[in-house]
Amino acid sequence: MTRKQKRLSVIGGGLLVLSIAAALVLFALQQRIAFFRMPSDIQATDLQSESRFRLGGLVEKGTVIRGEGTKISFSVTDHVKSIPVTYDGILPDLFREDQGVVIEGRFMNGGAFVADSVLAKHDENYMPKEVAESLKAKGVWQGESEQP
Amino acid sequence: MTVELGHFALILALALSIVQSVLPVLGARRGDDRMMAVAVPAAFTVFALVALAFAALTAAYVLSDFSVQNVWANSHSQKPLLYKFTGVWGNHEGSMLLWVLILSFFTALVAFFGNNLPPALKANVLAVQAWIGTTFLLFIVATSNPFARMNPAPVEGQDLNPVLQDIGLAVHPPMLYLGYVGFSVCFSFAVAALIDGRIDAAWARWVRPWTLTAWIFLTGGIAMGSYWAYYELGWGGWWFWDPVENASFMPWLAGTALLHSALVMEKRSALKIWTILLAILTFSLSLLGTFLVRSGVLTSVHTFATDPGRGLFILAILVLFIGGSLALFAWRAQSLAPGGLFQPISREGALVFNNLFLTTAAATVLIGTLYPLLLESLTGEKISVGAPFFNLTFGPLMIPLLAAVPFGPLLAWKRGDILAVAQRLMTAFFVALLVVGIVLYRTSASGVLSAFGIGLAVWLMMGALTDLALKAGIGKASLGTMLQRIAGLPRSVFGTALAHFGLGLTLLGIVSVSTFSTESVLVMKPGDGIRAGGYTLRFDGTDPQKTANYTEEQGRFTVLNDEGEVVTDLISSKRFFPVRKMQTTEAGIKTFLFSQLYVSLGDAAKDGGIVVRIWWKPFVTLIWLGAVVMMAGGGMSLLDRRLRIGAPAKAKALKPRAAV
Repeated sequence: MTRKQKRLSVIGGGLLVLSIAAALVLFALQQRIAFFRMPSDIQATDLQSESRFRLGGLVEKGTVIRGEGTKISFSVTDHVKSIPVTYDGILPDLFREDQGVVIEGRFMNGGAFVADSVLAKHDENYMPKEVAESLKAKGVWQGESEQP
Repeated sequence: MTVELGHFALILALALSIVQSVLPVLGARRGDDRMMAVAVPAAFTVFALVALAFAALTAAYVLSDFSVQNVWANSHSQKPLLYKFTGVWGNHEGSMLLWVLILSFFTALVAFFGNNLPPALKANVLAVQAWIGTTFLLFIVATSNPFARMNPAPVEGQDLNPVLQDIGLAVHPPMLYLGYVGFSVCFSFAVAALIDGRIDAAWARWVRPWTLTAWIFLTGGIAMGSYWAYYELGWGGWWFWDPVENASFMPWLAGTALLHSALVMEKRSALKIWTILLAILTFSLSLLGTFLVRSGVLTSVHTFATDPGRGLFILAILVLFIGGSLALFAWRAQSLAPGGLFQPISREGALVFNNLFLTTAAATVLIGTLYPLLLESLTGEKISVGAPFFNLTFGPLMIPLLAAVPFGPLLAWKRGDILAVAQRLMTAFFVALLVVGIVLYRTSASGVLSAFGIGLAVWLMMGALTDLALKAGIGKASLGTMLQRIAGLPRSVFGTALAHFGLGLTLLGIVSVSTFSTESVLVMKPGDGIRAGGYTLRFDGTDPQKTANYTEEQGRFTVLNDEGEVVTDLISSKRFFPVRKMQTTEAGIKTFLFSQLYVSLGDAAKDGGIVVRIWWKPFVTLIWLGAVVMMAGGGMSLLDRRLRIGAPAKAKALKPRAAV
């Protein structure tokens, strides 16, 4: 191989790998991400959408109903609107009424949110930050867990 | 008083660090030996002063001095002593102080071991280390002072976050920081070389031990963090592609690439400019990681607004170091003598292949981590990028890389013969194929992907063994000669084989857990039993317990084998920490060889039972065991005589004694 060919083979190989990686990233960014929403941000189009959502808010007081076995239903609210959620599985330790949660899942049959994971983040702060920020922005923040 | 002393020492360290930033560089420029000589004692003194500050803060924690705001916010008089110690770095201010302590420690090490470096290079390296140290000390003193007092002093502290009250906190952050900060030495060497405008193979030899050290600790820190999350959070997962995890994984990928490219530079004097760039990028990613985690910028960009001083300072440091070093690189890289070219099929070529894939993979992780931040600041749309994204982008990039690993060490430098190497790897290939066949046969056709994953892992491990066997002269020499040859092999050859073998182990653990683990969530009443991984788990009831700083609801279980005999008992509990009003899950974990039975408790169910989640995780411990083997490989390479930090003269002096 001449000098030029060697250089071209290295550059060509590099570009090939980079372009494959770029294609994968672009595809994954379209298909494999979840959108964060607060209950009052939910649009009619979201209810019909196939996308995954992360729903953030507070567990509404008095809505937690434990069903058969590990099934549970509750509502997530931002004190403006609430969204009914069903979930089948173990809840995190910090799951309580009036506590911030982030729930990941999809809307089924244009209304109820079926969760496949419930997070009440194990963090130095009690509330998931994205929830706290949104609550502050909506003026319904109660500030119970703010650090000094 | 001690607290004020600590604060004072910290400010003094800052002042001295500024001196260390300026004088040696000027001295190196003018050829003034006395100005350059300032660097070494300054480095030692800065380390001593920061250590004093750290000791003062530790004393405040141990004595529960709640007049110090930091202690009040993160400690409690009833907390066990170990967590009083570890609580020092279980918060923002303290962990930044630990960061600077480790940085000044590494600087002092360079000053101590650097006698064989050219004086100008040494002065420049120490000065660049001091630049980093100065900005961080300034950051601590100006915005994150751990020594701030409160008046009046509260009687009792607010306690450390219960999740952090674990032995994991004692080990994980210091190890991770040793890794992160260790790469600062490589960065300083790179910047010093750019200032000097000179770089050669010797540079790579000087940098390699530091890269290796940092890499070993980073590997350990990540593995430790992963295991900690696994047992402490009670979710049974060991890696979540969480941005905080990615922040530590990116420097690891770049650092691994650096480790390999420095080899090419050392042996073949090629890839010089690329290696310099990688050294800069690796530490830049470490800095980015530190700040993504410490500034709270990750889950929301708006955290900058809640604490504008800190956030902007952080951003300024990032821009200064990443931007500055890259600008210096763009300006000076042309002046470095370019390295030679080589055949694509050769050891060098294989290492370039490695670098190409590792850096591309690091880039995809970077995009996945930063894209949500970027999108939110530009459009306000909040998204989360999780495991599905990374499985699709990172996964495919790893497959060709891992498949190529066994070829690398067998290819010759300069001009390799891929067919000859393939021939020598036949045995490894057939063993891997056999394993794929067995797994397919045992699990039916549904597990095609996992069978190939396990095959890949076996291929990696067999490849590493083949390398050793061939270098010992298998089939060509008698057993005695082979053993002699094995003993005579350079330690770095063992290091490579061990590290690659460990990689295979980790992969085996990952594939096995992600495809063969079983999970059941159910409501159990006392006396109920359930099958999990060849054992039966019986629930015996719950017991309340109480200790000084938490109350606990213990679930007692018994593990029975197929004959109905008791194998062991298992306790899984939920703890409640009254001071912080927090609940934590203490998963019950029993290890059977490499597999684990993992039980975590949920809430009480309506009908008097309790929700229990049970996992059988086959070969799960291999994930972390593999990391330990990788670390051992790194350590072995570090012991290689040719790479020792000391001068070559020392090695010669040692030789006769070794022979006796």
